[in-house]
Amino acid sequence: MAETHSLQDMRQQAAIAAKVFIQRDYTNGTVCQFQTKFPSELETRIDKQQFEETVRTLNNLYAEAEKLGGSSYLEGCLACLTAYTIFLCMETHYEKVLKKIAKFIQEQNDKIYAPRGLLLTDPIERGLRVVEVTIFEDRSLGR
Amino acid sequence: MSAVMMTRKVRKWEKLPGKNTFCCDGRVMMARQKGVFYLTLFLIVGTCSLFFAFECPYLAIHLSPAIPVFAILLFFFVMAMLLRTSFSDPGVLPRALPEEATFIEMEIEATNGNVPAGQRPPPRIRNVQINGQIVKLKYCYTCKIFRPPRASHCSICDNCVDRFDHHCPWVGNCVGKRNYRYFYLFTLSLSLLTIYIFTFNIVHVVMRSVNSGFVKTLQDTPGTVLEVLVCFFTLWSVVGLTGFHTYLISLNQTTNEDIKGSWSGKNRVQNPYSHKNIINNCCEVLCGPAYPSVLDRRGLMRDDLSVPTSAAEPATNSNPVPQTTKTTAPLIPNEHTPDDAKPSMADAAIAHAEKRSPSPREDKLPTLPKSSPTPTKVPPLASPETDAEASIIAKDKAL
Repeated sequence: MAETHSLQDMRQQAAIAAKVFIQRDYTNGTVCQFQTKFPSELETRIDKQQFEETVRTLNNLYAEAEKLGGSSYLEGCLACLTAYTIFLCMETHYEKVLKKIAKFIQEQNDKIYAPRGLLLTDPIERGLRVVEVTIFEDRSLGR
Repeated sequence: MSAVMMTRKVRKWEKLPGKNTFCCDGRVMMARQKGVFYLTLFLIVGTCSLFFAFECPYLAIHLSPAIPVFAILLFFFVMAMLLRTSFSDPGVLPRALPEEATFIEMEIEATNGNVPAGQRPPPRIRNVQINGQIVKLKYCYTCKIFRPPRASHCSICDNCVDRFDHHCPWVGNCVGKRNYRYFYLFTLSLSLLTIYIFTFNIVHVVMRSVNSGFVKTLQDTPGTVLEVLVCFFTLWSVVGLTGFHTYLISLNQTTNEDIKGSWSGKNRVQNPYSHKNIINNCCEVLCGPAYPSVLDRRGLMRDDLSVPTSAAEPATNSNPVPQTTKTTAPLIPNEHTPDDAKPSMADAAIAHAEKRSPSPREDKLPTLPKSSPTPTKVPPLASPETDAEASIIAKDKAL
């Protein structure tokens, strides 16, 4: 519960100092991957390893969502046979993984980023283009 | 001079920029011009109705009842694919919010350095290496983003679309990453349906003519002539189109890339997205994962209306224009107003906190900065309208 209070307090008291946008990494094609390069603005706030670990896990989750393999082909073929009406009642594999990703980001925010005055925005809210990291001003957390 | 701030909840599709039309409260998304789409519907439904009315009774009795059954199944599949292509989001990329646009502008300034006065700044291009090939990413001045590879801006819909293939007036929508497979299945099944109806029309006329004579047959079933005519012309175009798209799929190319000759082999460029294997390419395009829409059309957002309480205030006439009516929102294609920036900055923090401790949003808003904190210290953004709008809105708030 302490984390809840800190997020609310941040909203009330902290002003947004800056925002950093982690761009997409296209070296492997159009698959959704983000650059693991550590932005200089976060140097004072968070450990480089920690941040890279977060982005790497995120990348793995997206790779799992977009994986081309037996199960995705099966899903595609079955859906085609039902003229894709099955998607009106069933969730696609990608949507299931997106829910996992949302949970992961919330977890990371609660445990790691909020105590350091940072906030990760789920990339789906930015069109899967960037991972937005909001940096709040430090004064509210100086205890 | 006082103004009462009223907030109402609207669905996000009402505030989306771009020239799309939305139906069923945001569930359906199409282009603005739908005339040709209605023609497509009319031709398909009309021709099939004639087939079921004139040919099917005769053929069911004299040949097999399976013929109309299969025709019905094929007809439903064609309609399902057509509606799926026309009504779904083709893969529209949402425009950059002001902070992201500013961030990108600053990066561009940093890379370009100081341009001497009088010289045109270099074009905004980012080079990325994809599977060993250098691909240039272009900057979209409307959407304020560097377009991902294979994305393109559709001028008819005024959106950047991921894996943009082409804008098809026959389906009344763009064809992009999310609906390309439905489009392909639509052309394929329509080809089959056209061939099927054409073949059985001929069979029917031949069978009937043997008994009653050619002229009397045409008099008995006048629909046949119309059907044959429609099918004949449709055959050439749709079958050709299906063949063309089959070729594109086997090479994992888009129509856009084919027209521009992006991977034509000149200068040793090769398609970096192709798996170099026809089966793999087909499987990826047709049976790959179903991508979700990144446009949140049915999400709720706050719409702030400034209702003036005093009568004689000419400035407030301009204020409601960008905010209140959904019809005027698409007229401002370049920027969300600074009011839209507020919910977007707060949403992330609020979304995390509110799930556990719901608190009224109205109290929190005034404590956040009124507009984006950066306008005074950044280089001017591409669109000059932003500053004018921001000053009008800021002036009203101050009153």
